[in-house]
Amino acid sequence: MTAPAAVPALGITARLRAALVDASKATVVAFGLFFIMVGLRTDVSPTGALFLRTRWLDVALLCAAVFVSRLALALWLGRRKPEVGPAWQAAALSRAGLLFGPALLALALILPFVPGIGRYELDLGILVLTYVMLGWGLNIVVGLAGLLDLGYVAFYAVGAYAYALLAQYFGLSFWICLPLAGILAAFWGVLLGFPVLRLRGDYLAIVTLAFGEIIRIVLLNWVELTGGPNGISGIPRPTFFGLPFSMSGGPQTFAGFFGLEPSPSHRVIFLYYLILALALLTNWVAIRIRRQPIGRAWEALREDEIACRALGINITNTKLTAFALGAMFAGFAGAFFATRQAFISPESFTFIESAIILAIVVLGGLGSQIGIAVAAIVMIGGFELFRDLDEYRMLVFGAAMVVIMVLRPRGLVGSRAPSVLLGEQRRIDARFVGEGRG
Amino acid sequence: MAYALQQLINGISLGMIYGLIAVGYTMVYGIIGMINFAHGDIFMVGAFVALVAILMLMSGDLMHGPAAILLVLVISMGFTALYGWTVERIAYRPLRGSFRLAPLISAIGMSIVLQNFVQVSQGARVKPLEPQLVGGIELMRDGNFVVQLSYMQILIIVSTLTVLTVFTWLVTRTALGRAMRACEQDRKMASLIGINTDRTISLAFVIGAALAAVAGTLYLLRYGIADFFMGFIVGVKAFTAAVLGGIGSLPGAVLGGLLIGLIETFWSAYFSVQYKDVAAFGILVLALVFLPTGLLGRQEVEKV
Repeated sequence: MTAPAAVPALGITARLRAALVDASKATVVAFGLFFIMVGLRTDVSPTGALFLRTRWLDVALLCAAVFVSRLALALWLGRRKPEVGPAWQAAALSRAGLLFGPALLALALILPFVPGIGRYELDLGILVLTYVMLGWGLNIVVGLAGLLDLGYVAFYAVGAYAYALLAQYFGLSFWICLPLAGILAAFWGVLLGFPVLRLRGDYLAIVTLAFGEIIRIVLLNWVELTGGPNGISGIPRPTFFGLPFSMSGGPQTFAGFFGLEPSPSHRVIFLYYLILALALLTNWVAIRIRRQPIGRAWEALREDEIACRALGINITNTKLTAFALGAMFAGFAGAFFATRQAFISPESFTFIESAIILAIVVLGGLGSQIGIAVAAIVMIGGFELFRDLDEYRMLVFGAAMVVIMVLRPRGLVGSRAPSVLLGEQRRIDARFVGEGRG
Repeated sequence: MAYALQQLINGISLGMIYGLIAVGYTMVYGIIGMINFAHGDIFMVGAFVALVAILMLMSGDLMHGPAAILLVLVISMGFTALYGWTVERIAYRPLRGSFRLAPLISAIGMSIVLQNFVQVSQGARVKPLEPQLVGGIELMRDGNFVVQLSYMQILIIVSTLTVLTVFTWLVTRTALGRAMRACEQDRKMASLIGINTDRTISLAFVIGAALAAVAGTLYLLRYGIADFFMGFIVGVKAFTAAVLGGIGSLPGAVLGGLLIGLIETFWSAYFSVQYKDVAAFGILVLALVFLPTGLLGRQEVEKV
């Protein structure tokens, strides 16, 4: 079922016939795929025995859907005209991008006070910003240094558990734990970075995945320290520089100190601005450090490790700082996550979280800060739109990952601007840059 | 001693299952240089197809004897192979020649799709299947402890060896095998001398999926459970096996699978069951750090 080539000379009947044949083939394949897995559902009866339930109508509907969509796709592809050169497109995009970033930031800053924004919307905003921050943090490792990390959630977990345990055993406050969580996560980043210094590409991905799983399994089984699968509950909520958010309205609470009417939304708004500030800090550090020698070294490393070494760049330090810095921001985000939820368990730190964060970074276009923010809004916000279709949510999410990769392998914001240029600036579309060498 | 012997038997039969999946990883990695992240989920699909086939045969009261098991294996291989082909066609082929991370991301997406597709279509509950093949041969008796080679383990070992023999013949003796090896060495050159590389890659996925289906069927029969998430951990372990044996090397994948199976079984038997996955992952890390080419792999040189 190869896609028909765009031959303009082909007549309308011939094209229709080709499309019909193609769609029929696709339908036969679809029938093979769905016949067993959808048509015959295994169910567990109350006695514990398995029995089969047939659902032929669903199979017929799915096959019909495949036929129609494939037919439409074939006809549409057949008449697609060659695209206009991407040069003006990229220019327009960059001009829009210049305005888009500040507009998005302004919206984020005033969001809690926009009319119609309630508790639910703010909670969603906090969730999206957490992923934006994680995306920006992972971007340092993957987008700048080119080290594919599939175990990023491990550092998120280290940060969350660091805060939870320090608060539980030593009674330390959030503001002391926040830097500590970052430092501990960075320490783990270096620790896990050491053994994988020699690895590259896919191997590195799989080893980091293994590290992520190891940390999760240890958290799950070290019951005395971490509570195992029950997790840690009753984690202290953050205070406004010592003033707790309490409904009592006393003079030593946030509402009482500022003479406000006590309201539960104060804490939500505070958490929102806290994560916004943390995310912006991540962004600022990433942008600044990109122009430092170490940032240049990361980008050189991403482009070509051998050339990088030949230029006398210390690969070990370069890789370890990338791991450590990326991990540190994950640690911050983890501490924030723990204080927001007041409850953490290893359930929150599964591989799928790493995959989601990586998907955000890649879909946003590796290395593009604004792209990652957009991708996080689209993915996590879109995720929320499908909340009613709970079962199908992850299915749609996975399919979106595949579709976006197939249609725009360089991500939603695809063109990657070099951060240093000699002389006149030239924009090269990402499509012409294979393997990151351009 | 008797206990250790029993663990050896258990480890080998588990390792054979890992080996079958590892072959799929190593074959795809050898040809197109990517980790087929969805391969573990293909294994899971294979187990589910087998489950449906067994239930169909049971409802017709036909689930008796080796012929029925053979039929289940064939059904599972056929339908799972179709899944393997479709995954390659939809998620990997359009990305050929794209930048390095694109197929990996797409594979992760495909893995999520397969898991959730099965969750939606077959339900999230763990499916318990009563044992289909019971009994075994008593090998040794030590006090109360009986070392047993169960019929199930014999089935695993015999079918794995058969499938791998056919597979080896396919790779070493047929035109398809030659084409696959040519693609592995140099895809561009292979296409220049008239090999249909797209078709060869598709067939590699089909064969890999069929082997994973055999593994899934055997796993289902041996452990009697299937759920939509079973592919992830087994997949990572099989990948570990492929790396340990030397990625790209087919005998290495089987060897690695056996080693991982043995290590996991002995670890669970003598140390702790909770941390058995940590053992497998730890080996993966150690293998990659100290033995990046694996036991039977080739040294790779990056040309500048």
